[in-house]
Amino acid sequence: MAENQLNQKPVESSGLMSWIDARFPATETFEYHMSKYYAPKNVNWLYLFGWLATFVLVNQLITGIWLTMNYVPSGDAAFASVEYIMRDVEFGWLIRYLHSTGASAFFLVVFLHMFRALAYGSYRGPRELVWLIGMAIFAVLMIEGFFGYLLPWGNMSYWGAQVIVSLVGAVPVVGPDLMEWVRGDFLMSDVALNRFFALHVVALPIVLLGLVFVHFVSLHHVGSNNPDGIEIKKNKDENGVPLDGIPFFPYIVVHDVDATVRFLFVFCLVVFFAPEMGGYFIEKPNFEVANPLKTPDHIAPVWYFTPYYAMLRAATFPLFGMDAKFWGLVTMGAAVIIPAALPWLDRSPVKSMRYKGWPSRIALGALCVSFIVLGWLGLQPATKTYTMLAQLFTLLYFAYFVLMPWYTRVEQTKPEPERVT
Amino acid sequence: MSTGDAVHDAPTGDSSNSDGTSRRYFLIQATSVVGAAGAVGAAWPFVSYWSPSEKAKALGAPVKIDVSKLAPGEMLSPIVAWRGKPVFVVRRDAETLASLETNTEMLADPDSAVAEQQPDFAVNAWRSERKEYGIFLGICTHLGCSPKYLVTDNFVETGQGGFFCPCHGSRFDMAGRVVKGVPAPSNMEVPPYRFESDTVVVIG
Amino acid sequence: MKRLARLFVSLAMIGLFVGAPFSWSAAKNDWPMEAFEPDLTNLPSLQNGFKLYANYCLGCHGLQYQRYGRTADDLGIPRELALETVVFTGQKIGELMTTSMDPEQAKAWFGATPPDLTLEARLRSPEWIYNYLKTFYVDDSRPLGVNNGVYPNVGMPNVLLGLQGVQRYDQASGKLFVEEGSGSLTPEEFDVAIYDLSNFLYYVGEPSRLERQRLGIYVLLFLVILGTFTFLLNREFEKDVH
Repeated sequence: MAENQLNQKPVESSGLMSWIDARFPATETFEYHMSKYYAPKNVNWLYLFGWLATFVLVNQLITGIWLTMNYVPSGDAAFASVEYIMRDVEFGWLIRYLHSTGASAFFLVVFLHMFRALAYGSYRGPRELVWLIGMAIFAVLMIEGFFGYLLPWGNMSYWGAQVIVSLVGAVPVVGPDLMEWVRGDFLMSDVALNRFFALHVVALPIVLLGLVFVHFVSLHHVGSNNPDGIEIKKNKDENGVPLDGIPFFPYIVVHDVDATVRFLFVFCLVVFFAPEMGGYFIEKPNFEVANPLKTPDHIAPVWYFTPYYAMLRAATFPLFGMDAKFWGLVTMGAAVIIPAALPWLDRSPVKSMRYKGWPSRIALGALCVSFIVLGWLGLQPATKTYTMLAQLFTLLYFAYFVLMPWYTRVEQTKPEPERVT
Repeated sequence: MSTGDAVHDAPTGDSSNSDGTSRRYFLIQATSVVGAAGAVGAAWPFVSYWSPSEKAKALGAPVKIDVSKLAPGEMLSPIVAWRGKPVFVVRRDAETLASLETNTEMLADPDSAVAEQQPDFAVNAWRSERKEYGIFLGICTHLGCSPKYLVTDNFVETGQGGFFCPCHGSRFDMAGRVVKGVPAPSNMEVPPYRFESDTVVVIG
Repeated sequence: MKRLARLFVSLAMIGLFVGAPFSWSAAKNDWPMEAFEPDLTNLPSLQNGFKLYANYCLGCHGLQYQRYGRTADDLGIPRELALETVVFTGQKIGELMTTSMDPEQAKAWFGATPPDLTLEARLRSPEWIYNYLKTFYVDDSRPLGVNNGVYPNVGMPNVLLGLQGVQRYDQASGKLFVEEGSGSLTPEEFDVAIYDLSNFLYYVGEPSRLERQRLGIYVLLFLVILGTFTFLLNREFEKDVH
């Protein structure tokens, strides 16, 4: 069995292990998800970000739990309790910076993870559910980030939350009542702070963990995609092992561990030497306690919300009898949700960008450029030129999705290979 | 037999090659050791996060107590707190002090043999720096209730007053020494203190 | 495709962190700012700044998140000495540096409660503080008789007048000049004092900054070592994959 020596010798069951296995599927689970889960051998660096997102999630959970031990969710004490953590608690500054930097890192790796899916068609069948669950994770993550952002109760937190909660007011008919209900008060007060706190530290993490779990389960059921966008399960050896697959354990695990150390290097570079990241990760106005009577001179959301924020602001005219504010909400909501439709928008005979035609490549390029430009615009004050630019790039962003059924069908594609390259 | 299979026909770094095996084994061991050291290092901030903060230390700073108005036979009232714990300050009369030296047969640890329960200066029959003033943490050494000061009842077998814990009936004499046959295992703790003047004592 | 992907990542990085230098403060004043380079390793400067702050600022501006004891420890001042030289409020060494001024009264006097300055260096910048403190000048049109170059129409009196002397604004040149001999410090000495004060506020903004950077070096060095092993291990395992 020379050919099988790396594809797992049967796990030796010692006395204890067989005792456990008779009562709990420990070995079986390990084999299913690790030693006999086969990942394509041609996965590249873009496939690291799924694991890194999990790693950052764990970081957020642990540091978050530790911060909760000293944080006080009340309008009078929240800001002071953060400074208490930063100054009086041993290593409090480190735990806090790990959490605040982790939030930005989370979105960065998730964006790259999503880009990977777009580039290699990972959302296509049979992975539609993996993709949909992933989209749900992304939506929950945005809400989680938004709630968490209010907690330091700095002036930027306060007004950022004020602006976003006011969006609810754009819902037709019930808007103003709904807004009051969300805040539980006539302005943002510690009523909102308390409920945001409860959702941020208890409810949403549970939802997030549940979704991440089913994301894994569905992924391991169908298997990972790869840069060629072909199914490795089509070519198996006599033992049912994909010929182009390598066991997740130890190969991918070792690879991911190595990547984690590199990631940690960059992450720690920020945590220890630039935790404010020049005002992008922790904004200057947030070093002033929330003041309901004074808006900061320039308010912008944290960088990971700015592409959507720019689209929100790009809606400046009424349409079909609804005001601009309503359309802003619709645009932003649509921008977040529309990628969920990708499995059914993509009509290409091939999955990976490697074999798609130029129209697809240009469209993906345009999507990335517009996302980045919108992100930049979202940080700028809304001048006339910037608003026009934002409108242009919002159209470009949506064009990627709306035109996809057309350009993926008409373009010339290259044939997919039989085996991975 | 499958050709081009991902890991099946590895010729060189294959684990059947003895050089490869030992190199691989060494790298796994080394990475695990360094990684484990890293994990311990990473855990350290989370562990020390739990130690008393600057605020707790500030609140636990030494406290000054004025004992000038304390009459013999009385306990200082209201009770002062040091690090949030009650501090009992009693002024003992000559009769009590004399009995502390003689009435020891009922005590579990008359000579203050348990070193953690008092600073060195209090290893004596009256368990204090100055004979007259007994200063103890008002915490029962059984399960942490605060004992009552009962001077009139002569409830302690020494024939003097003392401290009685309402929770489980432990009894201590006027030097905070535990009597035999009660649940408390050791004498009441004497906090570190010094007399700044004849009437002012600094606890902590 | 791989190269394309890499390009996008680089573009994202550039777009996010380099390409968009902008100011948070829309109401930025065009007063020419003097450069200011804080130095947290200069303990004598920080100690002097602490003393100046306690003498001239703490009466109105608290440092309500920072403790005397920790500050004294970080700046290398023995706690006993700190109690004598900088604690004028009768507080204990472990307490927060709050101001004893009544906020209501302060509001009546100045029109607004003097803000707490613990985080001022992070909210604005140490440069801002340095320039702000240097650019008070006589302006009879203002209620308090003074104005400020960096913060026009500020409602704060010139507390450091005695040290700096009378400073006036020359419309023609757009420059400030001090009447010679009107202050107890020479202009050079005054600059040093303001430097120390701004440096101290920079320290107070994030007292663990030095510790953070020191620890960071060790963490990164450790990651290089760990990374060397994981790199070799990964390469070893990759030999199996063809």
